[in-house]
Amino acid sequence: MKRARVAYAGAVHDATPHRDGLQLADGRVLTEDAVVWLPPIAPLGTILALGLNYAEHAKELAKELTTSAKDEPLVFLKGPNTLIGHRGLTRRPNGAGFMHYECELAVVIGRSAKNVKRADAMAHVAGYTVANDYAIRDYLENYYRPNLRVKNRDGCTALGPWLVDAADVPAPGALDLSTHVNGKLVQHGNTRDLVTGIAELIEYLSSFMTLAPGDVILTGTPEGVVDVQPGDEVVCEIEGIGRLVNTIVGDAPFGR
Amino acid sequence: MLVKNPEPFEAPLRGTVYGTLLNFRGALAALGDSVNQPPLKAPPKAPILYIKPRNTFAADGDAVSLPDGVDALEFGASLALVIGRTACRVAERDALDVIAGYAIANDVSVPHQPYYRPSLRFKCRDGYCPIGAVVPRGAVPDPDALAITVEVDGEVVQRAHTSTLIRPVEKLLADVTEFMTLSRGDLLLIGVPEGAPRLRAGQRATIRIDGLGELRNHVVAA
Repeated sequence: MKRARVAYAGAVHDATPHRDGLQLADGRVLTEDAVVWLPPIAPLGTILALGLNYAEHAKELAKELTTSAKDEPLVFLKGPNTLIGHRGLTRRPNGAGFMHYECELAVVIGRSAKNVKRADAMAHVAGYTVANDYAIRDYLENYYRPNLRVKNRDGCTALGPWLVDAADVPAPGALDLSTHVNGKLVQHGNTRDLVTGIAELIEYLSSFMTLAPGDVILTGTPEGVVDVQPGDEVVCEIEGIGRLVNTIVGDAPFGR
Repeated sequence: MLVKNPEPFEAPLRGTVYGTLLNFRGALAALGDSVNQPPLKAPPKAPILYIKPRNTFAADGDAVSLPDGVDALEFGASLALVIGRTACRVAERDALDVIAGYAIANDVSVPHQPYYRPSLRFKCRDGYCPIGAVVPRGAVPDPDALAITVEVDGEVVQRAHTSTLIRPVEKLLADVTEFMTLSRGDLLLIGVPEGAPRLRAGQRATIRIDGLGELRNHVVAA
């Protein structure tokens, strides 16, 4: 099953896909552009994100990395301020030199996980959605890198449109991912190339922190990150999970 | 002036807890020239933040668990700003208005350096962020003029003062909310001072901050 959270006509609704767009739980059928799409996870817990979890992407960034030794997954956290839904607007600050999207498979935890072995890990997954985890590399500093000023900016993590039940995703470790900017393919990969796979990530994380329902793990992005500019439409798509649309805007709508 | 057990008030629900790295002048100085060497290469420019996720939340009196293979844990005494209302692009002169209250936080870490990569395994273990009672903003006349002391097993091992912040409270709030919005119930830890004590299994610490009472935690073997 696929579920979304949308705002429509003064209320927040659960919605499911419909051939004409989407259908609210109360029966109303609406087109995709008639609603405001919210991140599909509620209540939301801890947001974890992986860096350098596709080998080719790590190579792509290698020239700016200070260290290359990689003995354990690079994981960082994000706050709820950074989330927006499908068809949202993301601000590119005036003067930034390099801002890029990152199409990622997001794994949503459904059952508390502490010291879980990889063989049992997938039973703790509730479902999946698509994430677009923007970074503005101008703000990188070599402290807890990637620091929050790069990765936790307001509205810089799009999630959605759908939360897809784990039962409907038989092979989460073999999904095609792609990003199109203004219709042009710029990023392509497959979750089979994850350096640390989903089950291993749950094993690793749950070895020192208890994961709880509503926690979400953004599993990293493949190679192919290019700069985006105000007006660009960025579409991140994962096979069987969804197609997440985002538009870059400048400072003006924010009064800056 | 120490208030031993201030009256708690109805604090906002707990939101996201953000910590600030190296915001005490002495803590940055303690790194010496290493901040100019690889992998760090330069001192921090903007505030360097990290998140203490919900699995780390703990309370006064709680035990903190020492992982296998680790000798001691660093107890990071910090003033926590409890955010009372949405704070986005706050000007320094308005910054205190977004604070609902204050609390003592114990930002526990497995000792680690350098600070190049985020370190969830060292900072985000279950129970690694005890937080004390919240006192209303009015109980603290000036958050940049508070003495912090930490006692371990009855002996004072750390004395610090919030007058030595690189970014005083108002400046920190302004610089953080320039790029991310803080919401009611979020906590912003202003930083851990230099000389944070390390505690072995069985040791007990009491953190005191002027006007905020105390926060007591101890280390137990896993």
